[in-house]
Amino acid sequence: MAATTESLVDFDEALEKYDPVLGFEVHVELNTKTKMFSDAPNVFGDEPNTNVTPVCLGLPGVLPVVNKTAVEYSILIGLALNCKIAETCGFARKNYFYPDTPKNFQTSQYEDPIAYDGYLDVELEDGEVFRVEIERAHMEEDAGKLTHMGGSTGRIQGADFSLVDYNRAGVPLVEIVTKPIVGAGKRAPELAKAYVAAVREIVKNLGVSDAKMERGNVRCDANVSLMPKGADKFGTRSETKNVNSLRAVEHAVRFEIERHAGVLEAGQKVVQETRHWHEDTRTTTAGRPKSDADDYRYFPEPDLVPVVTTAEWIEELRARLPEPPAERRKRLKAEWGYSDAEFRDVVNAGLLDAIGETIAAGASAAVARKWWMGEISRLAKNADTDPEGLGVTPATIVELNGLIEAKKINDKIARQVLEFVLAGEGTPAEIVQKRGLAVVNDDSALGAAIEDAMATMPDVVAKIKDGKLQAIGALIGPVMKATRGQADAGRVRELVLEKLGIEG
Amino acid sequence: MSAISREDVAHLARLAHIEMSDAELDKMTGELGVIVDAIASVSEAAGADVPATSHPIPLANVFREDVVGETLTVEQVLQNAPDSEDSRFKVPAILDEE
Amino acid sequence: MTEIIKLSAVELAQKLRAGEVTSVQAVQAHLDRIAAVDGGERGVHAFLHVNAEEALAVAAEVDAIRAAGGAGAEALHPLAGVPIAIKDLIVTVGQPTTAGSKMLEGWMSPYDATVISKIRAAKLPMLGKTNLDEFAMGSSTEHSAYGPTRNPWDLDRIPGGSGGGSAAAVAAFEAPLALGTDTGGSIRQPGAVTGTVGVKPTYGGVSRYGAIAMASSLDQIGPVSRTVLDSAYLHELIGGHDPRDSTSLNEPVPSLVDAARQGLSGDLTGVRVGVIAELQGDGYEAGVQARFNESLEVLRAAGAEIVEVHCPNFKYALGAYYLIMPSEVSSNLAKFDGVRYGKRVIPADGPVTIERVMGATRAAGFGDEVKRRIILGTYALSAGYYDAYYGSAQKVRTLVQRDFDAAFEKADVLVSPTAPTVAFGLGSKTGDPLAMYLNDVATIPANLAGVPGISVPGGLSEGLPVGIQFLAPAREDARLYRVGAALESLLEKGWGGPLISQAPDLASAEKEGVA
Repeated sequence: MAATTESLVDFDEALEKYDPVLGFEVHVELNTKTKMFSDAPNVFGDEPNTNVTPVCLGLPGVLPVVNKTAVEYSILIGLALNCKIAETCGFARKNYFYPDTPKNFQTSQYEDPIAYDGYLDVELEDGEVFRVEIERAHMEEDAGKLTHMGGSTGRIQGADFSLVDYNRAGVPLVEIVTKPIVGAGKRAPELAKAYVAAVREIVKNLGVSDAKMERGNVRCDANVSLMPKGADKFGTRSETKNVNSLRAVEHAVRFEIERHAGVLEAGQKVVQETRHWHEDTRTTTAGRPKSDADDYRYFPEPDLVPVVTTAEWIEELRARLPEPPAERRKRLKAEWGYSDAEFRDVVNAGLLDAIGETIAAGASAAVARKWWMGEISRLAKNADTDPEGLGVTPATIVELNGLIEAKKINDKIARQVLEFVLAGEGTPAEIVQKRGLAVVNDDSALGAAIEDAMATMPDVVAKIKDGKLQAIGALIGPVMKATRGQADAGRVRELVLEKLGIEG
Repeated sequence: MSAISREDVAHLARLAHIEMSDAELDKMTGELGVIVDAIASVSEAAGADVPATSHPIPLANVFREDVVGETLTVEQVLQNAPDSEDSRFKVPAILDEE
Repeated sequence: MTEIIKLSAVELAQKLRAGEVTSVQAVQAHLDRIAAVDGGERGVHAFLHVNAEEALAVAAEVDAIRAAGGAGAEALHPLAGVPIAIKDLIVTVGQPTTAGSKMLEGWMSPYDATVISKIRAAKLPMLGKTNLDEFAMGSSTEHSAYGPTRNPWDLDRIPGGSGGGSAAAVAAFEAPLALGTDTGGSIRQPGAVTGTVGVKPTYGGVSRYGAIAMASSLDQIGPVSRTVLDSAYLHELIGGHDPRDSTSLNEPVPSLVDAARQGLSGDLTGVRVGVIAELQGDGYEAGVQARFNESLEVLRAAGAEIVEVHCPNFKYALGAYYLIMPSEVSSNLAKFDGVRYGKRVIPADGPVTIERVMGATRAAGFGDEVKRRIILGTYALSAGYYDAYYGSAQKVRTLVQRDFDAAFEKADVLVSPTAPTVAFGLGSKTGDPLAMYLNDVATIPANLAGVPGISVPGGLSEGLPVGIQFLAPAREDARLYRVGAALESLLEKGWGGPLISQAPDLASAEKEGVA
């Protein structure tokens, strides 16, 4: 392994002398019910080797059969990436030995991918749009899962042995390969992150992948090379494998730019090799250099026949395409009337769908945003999950808001009620009833509490009489205390003014 | 067509993951040379305009509906395993990277 | 009991239906025959595994159904209760499957091949698994890791290959029926040299699911028997669409039994038989050529129109085959690595890494011929050579198909000797791989083009059987059965009975050997 302590060149300095060229291979796991070539279930997280048929295990004598839904999902991805769809394409075998690959070849596509020559307009955070050209998107199958045992790190280096689970072997994948991306300059790391985010959003929006990066549903290999500013010949590239979070994609590209610049500035040559990303140190280390062992001996898969797409089939699939995410965002922003900053925060929090559903359930856009970006996000943060993972339904929010508007409860109580809902105590109305949380609307009871408070704070009363109405706030605290928080602050204010004979 | 060299055979054996002794490499090199010479004429048989045939009987669009079928039990999966542990296949350390 | 084993499958089936013989008796007679002639120093060694218990149980079940009569008995398949032998390349639950390799010694499949499911459903008792060249790579069965099979006509000669076990089992009356697989002639060439019938169906006509792949675009499972009609019955049973095989034809199985029965009348009026000019003459033994010429006369006398056809690209077929087949082999056999099943060998010294374990396992688990083909195929597919080798071979495949297309314009079926020679002596070609490959010169074109072929006995040369091969256009397997059965019936008239009845009596030979 090469030394990890290579001298880096500061990012800004590197960019003064060099233009980065990027390239991405993004693997998307499809969420079909069964695998690519076998009718085994495609399910994440089951007990080892339980989602396995003779085909997944590569037993002697087995044959693959293509999952039609996986082909259709692949075409949908191709269409969403503005690709051409091949009229005819086939599968090929990529031959290499590795214990997670049951047949010791991967069934993939080689010369004739199902989708090719597309593009994706990627929007950076400040709204600048960058077009990424897509070279191809092809169908293939995932490998099994290796767990390295022994040694100290759980990593492949130093392991005593490995255990193999073939549940994932054969899960359908679509590999999306970009053309070289030039001209991103300083924004290269940012673009890298935005590109992967955009791909993830597209496949999620299509409903063809669960698109959870933490589960490996979307995995990215990032290619980086540098060329002197103004040059037109690409430098030698490195390929950083399995960069599996958006943040990591950004950091990995940034690190590789700094590292490449360091190598070039030292007068050395960049080695064409794979690199491994280390999240803990935010660095990459050298993997395997390109060698003659990379002779994959591709040839047409003789056990499978070609896929031929008709215009009718493509159009039928095109009709299924949902609104593209960028267009949808533009439309929703206008419909909801959020400010640029508000809308960006919602997008970045990944809450477009949740808010949209809440609005559809009857809440106003402002109310929906208030709950999702406020209390629900806070609870999610405390619970170390994402807001959508808490299980708050749009109906709950609508009901809570209705109780507030009917002045049955106030905001503070409503937040408590939400917690009780999440604890499984029932609907908001049931909880308010059961726990006796309804706001005290009985003016006589409230009046007594107000009079008590006024009696103990004559100075405050004097200030109010002098016209300093904001002093009423000092009375609200004791009244709330006396009514166990169930008073409606607005009503308290009205009653105080009424008692003092002041026009509010 | 140049004859196949001993180095070629050694490289091919590595690609194919078959360990070979020096004596085996020598023997294999000789045998493959004869065979390759005998079949070399194939490369001149067809012109550029002849399409390749990979499937003897042309078919297209043979698909399976996305419906879950029967899986093996873990016992069946592992019944022929040379070594296993924790419902998984056990293999010696892997040095190479993917 | 001798009588039972001499019956054809169709004759035995009739006796089972008539209640003259029970299936248990039939199975037991064949088990006895196996015990008498298969084992020992100079036994036929057609079987790698004998499945006595299960075969007898299935036989008893058939007998019980038949005894009960009624709808159950009516619903029985015509071949129900007729025992069958299975080439050990086809996976079976409950019996080991070795592919003739040390790599899979003791391996038990958790699933049945589709053809095995059909055989179980039709209730044919499976006598056991038959010997073959390792992973079906060979023309003599000498490349079996478990020792060669002997030719029942002369125990010092090869029974052909790779399916020498199935052909010898049928020729030695150890089974009336067997399954084979044919990638470059592995059903037809053993049929020819053992005086039996073997059919390679149209590619896609029989499911390959569960046949351990040698070369996926060439492999086909097919029937092995002593009569053309028996093969027709078995072919109809195993044929048909299988959703587990993407290359399986989604078309009804043609009526092969009817075609065979039509042929047995001996009338071939109006049938055009094309003699392939390139598949005779140089390289074909005089005795083989003589029997072939006689067969043509018999066909002509039966009303067939004999025409000559030219297939100029067949001269490249052997070369193309020995590029395509090993290429697919190199990939298909990659799965045998000591990780999931089969043999695992720990290297004697040095570090124990998975790469070294795979290398040692494959070095010890595969025999020389398998290694040769894997290395050759790896070469043909490797960077820089693909276009010249694999790519060119696939183009030759197109040329061979065009030759067939042109020939079938002029003829309904084509004819040639099945193999250029009669059975050669054990050990006489094992040191010369290329000489061994030349055995397949007449059978290979059919595999490259996917067309069906049959080999039927054509008489003897120096006391050893000669095979006559017919080829038909894809999906026209029925023509083979008609013409094959016609030639069979007409030749048998001349011989005064089946050719196989002229084979030496093994049981007495065995006794003499022991004494």
